[in-house]
Amino acid sequence: MATIATTPHDHDASESLAERIRQASAEGTPLRIVGGDTRGFYGRPVEGAKLSTLEHRGVTFYDPVELVVSVRSGTPLAELEAVLAEQGQMLPFEPPRFGISSTVGGMVATGMSGPRRPWAGSVRDFVLGTRVINHEGIEQRFGGQVMKNVAGYDLSRLMVGAQGTLGLLTEISFKVLPIPGAVHSLRIEVSLEQARNRLADWGREPLPISAATWLDGALHLRLEGGPSSVAATRARIGGDDLDGGFWNALRDLALAFPANGNDDAPLWRLSLPHRTPSLALSNTPEETMIHDWAGAQRWLKSDIDAETLRSACRQAGGHATCLGSREGPGSAEPFTPLPSVLLKYHRNLKAELDPKGIFNPGRLYAAF
Amino acid sequence: MNILYDERLDGMKPQLDKAAIRDSLVQAIPGLTLLHREEDLHPFECDGLSVYRTLPMLVALPETLAQVEQLLKTCHRLGVPVVTRGAGTGLSGGAMPLEHGVLLVLSRFSRILEIDPEARIARVEPGVRNLAISEAASPHGLYYAPDPSSQIACSIGGNVAENAGGVHCLKYGLTVHNVIKVEVLTIEGEHMTLGSDALDAPGFDLLALFNGSEGMLGVVTEITVKLLPKPETAKVLMASFDDVEKAGNAVGAIIAAGIIPGGLEMMDNLAIRAAEDFIGAGYPVEAAAILLCELDGVEADVDDDCATVRRVLEAAGATGIQQARDDAERALFWAGRKNAFPAVGRMSPDYYCMDGTIPRRELARVLKGISDLSEQYGLRVANVFHAGDGNMHPLILFDANTPGELDEAEALGGKILELCVEVGGTITGEHGVGREKINQMCAQFRPDELATFRAAKAAFDPKELLNPGKNIPTPARCSEFRTIKSAEAAVPTHSQGRPE
Ligand SMILES: Cc1cc2nc3c(=O)[nH]c(=O)nc-3n(C[C@H](O)[C@H](O)[C@H](O)COP(=O)(O)OP(=O)(O)OC[C@H]3O[C@@H](n4cnc5c(N)ncnc54)[C@H](O)[C@@H]3O)c2cc1C
Repeated sequence: MATIATTPHDHDASESLAERIRQASAEGTPLRIVGGDTRGFYGRPVEGAKLSTLEHRGVTFYDPVELVVSVRSGTPLAELEAVLAEQGQMLPFEPPRFGISSTVGGMVATGMSGPRRPWAGSVRDFVLGTRVINHEGIEQRFGGQVMKNVAGYDLSRLMVGAQGTLGLLTEISFKVLPIPGAVHSLRIEVSLEQARNRLADWGREPLPISAATWLDGALHLRLEGGPSSVAATRARIGGDDLDGGFWNALRDLALAFPANGNDDAPLWRLSLPHRTPSLALSNTPEETMIHDWAGAQRWLKSDIDAETLRSACRQAGGHATCLGSREGPGSAEPFTPLPSVLLKYHRNLKAELDPKGIFNPGRLYAAF
Repeated sequence: MNILYDERLDGMKPQLDKAAIRDSLVQAIPGLTLLHREEDLHPFECDGLSVYRTLPMLVALPETLAQVEQLLKTCHRLGVPVVTRGAGTGLSGGAMPLEHGVLLVLSRFSRILEIDPEARIARVEPGVRNLAISEAASPHGLYYAPDPSSQIACSIGGNVAENAGGVHCLKYGLTVHNVIKVEVLTIEGEHMTLGSDALDAPGFDLLALFNGSEGMLGVVTEITVKLLPKPETAKVLMASFDDVEKAGNAVGAIIAAGIIPGGLEMMDNLAIRAAEDFIGAGYPVEAAAILLCELDGVEADVDDDCATVRRVLEAAGATGIQQARDDAERALFWAGRKNAFPAVGRMSPDYYCMDGTIPRRELARVLKGISDLSEQYGLRVANVFHAGDGNMHPLILFDANTPGELDEAEALGGKILELCVEVGGTITGEHGVGREKINQMCAQFRPDELATFRAAKAAFDPKELLNPGKNIPTPARCSEFRTIKSAEAAVPTHSQGRPE
């Protein structure tokens, strides 16, 4: 039956948040939405009065048998993960935390997923519903607490990764899953090329792989599933045992970059189709990157010219995001510019849902 | 309250000159097949919700993207509404034509453009049948996961537009989870790409927004889907119960045991008998309910899980448990379920399929409510249920030739949907709102929320030329709906509305 874990911090601040938004709307003053402030580096800096979600906190609904949890946006991500773990469940997309103050709202708004993403799905894949305060200061409900729901447009999933530019997320309902019965992590010393070939072969078989990262001359693999299949795959693949803490460090971008990389340079995230070969960038050997998601997400620290990198990624069918430095304010143009038609419809959507431009203006792109 | 287009509630229809529009289209688009004679239009007058029929003004059957683009540009310029149609299997009247609109039929776009076994993707045209993708991927040991029961006929474009599901959704997701990229033409004839071949794309997640948008935001012209390796093995257990509630509780117990089955379906006695009569699947016709539980994956894990599920089912009070002996029997078990709609259709001149989704814990209450309503309206209801994810398909049996019975079936259906909303669920899990559930949208959403939906629509189609009248009700329609409901509220059995 539904269990609702309450803590002394639980508090419904939606009315005061709505009031702040009504005010901002009346005055036409932009708001800078902030949760735990752990993700400022991911996106453009926003000029606006700070609107904190931290007061709006607590798990409002959790039914492990339904596989559904609903959480207020200011709830610390760590708190949510602890509540789920107690029931042997998890957020399958392994969101990065970047720090203990990280909130669920910030996690959803930025939409970043962790090492399990290619096999389990992304943040938006597990969002079932949201409550959002709109530009008029009215809290609205989209989606819901059921697995399947196609009534109306899917505005809930649209909010994921929109970085708070379309409204203030106040509550999110997720589908959750059981923590797999067996886990084993391993490390195999292979070249990048060999790693790619092996992953391609394994990818066509139903193997219980749930993370695959090449870094510093070795492929790091995680196997998750039933005890029998994990044991069988482990025996077949071999390799050295790896401490599971590796995945936590990777997830939070806390791993040391390969030694020959440039540690002071800006951090880049490359998102590329499966099986994209090395990008042939001069002065930027692929061996200096962290190849996560079986190669579909590559992390790079480099002073490389943005346009050179972006055009190489575009040609490969992907895109590149500049995260600047973790401590810094964020880069001037973090996200790959949109083609003109797409930009037009982004602006239209922003103008329709936030006509006065009060929600995190400019956080994604300068144009809106 | 009727769902048919009513100018008083839904807005004035444009006054259009059919001959002039036909001339403009013929001139603008060389080689376009454009049907206009009444006898040619008849095959397109309805989708799978065949009790509602409207003759379209014109039917266009383009063969090239350039033709589609020109058609949209021309219609946009002339202010002519456009309804896109895939295979026309939709069950909510989403592709129901307009007598003052062009029906844009995409069935000729039926080529599989690319299967890339290394990248595990398929790139296809919108008219490709759902099952054809898995068939083409099969030689590589791959398949496309979402499998609506209509998969031999429905198109992938229609699947995207409805965010279609299937019997394997709980584990493998809906269409939105399995499509990575779509090419779209806007109503102005502009081209855009949503999503990408990578695992994400910059900007808003418009790909998610377009999934399930019912042809209201743009025309999907190409789809790239993700392919999965076929599981090493799949096994099906069929459990019988002498009580529907016990079967419902068994579903929760399986999930509580930490198992996510590949498929988990439930049928009640009426549906069991109909399917058995039609397919001969070997179903126990005396059972009050059966559960079909498919476990798939690596052989060793599946064996472990089968043993666990068996124990859970026994503890839940199953009166019989049968494991399919081989793939042939497994296919037969599923054939009964996948043909449940037509099977029920054989028992009655007409049937009406509902699509509400509820939190599973409310199953007993909702089934009880449905059986009370069935008695009250004097119409039989068979229940087929995607039990794992709470998506119900009550099938209302009626005879459209008996005066008044369609209205009764509709009213009963409406009540069932309102009951789903009342227990915290939704009026549609996978079939879409279309025209069919236009009134119940007013029960599920508040006026200000509907206004936000209209704002999203306005961002892409401010002139409301794409599939007008579908999916999102007008304020006038909802205020009438609410007036009727508050009048009914005087009657004590009236539903409580959605919980806050
Ligand atoms: C017997 C039976 C069983 C069914 N079982 C299931 C099931 O298990 N799960 C399920 O989800 N559904 C099921 N359905 C419903 C139906 O098959 C699905 O909704 C399917 O996705 C519709 O596809 P279609 O090609 O027939 O679309 P159509 O009916 O032609 O159109 C449906 C909607 O999509 C729009 N559309 C179609 N193509 C495009 C395009 N290229 N671009 C933009 N908009 C477009 C139309 O305008 C319309 O709004 C079933 C139907 C039947 C008759």
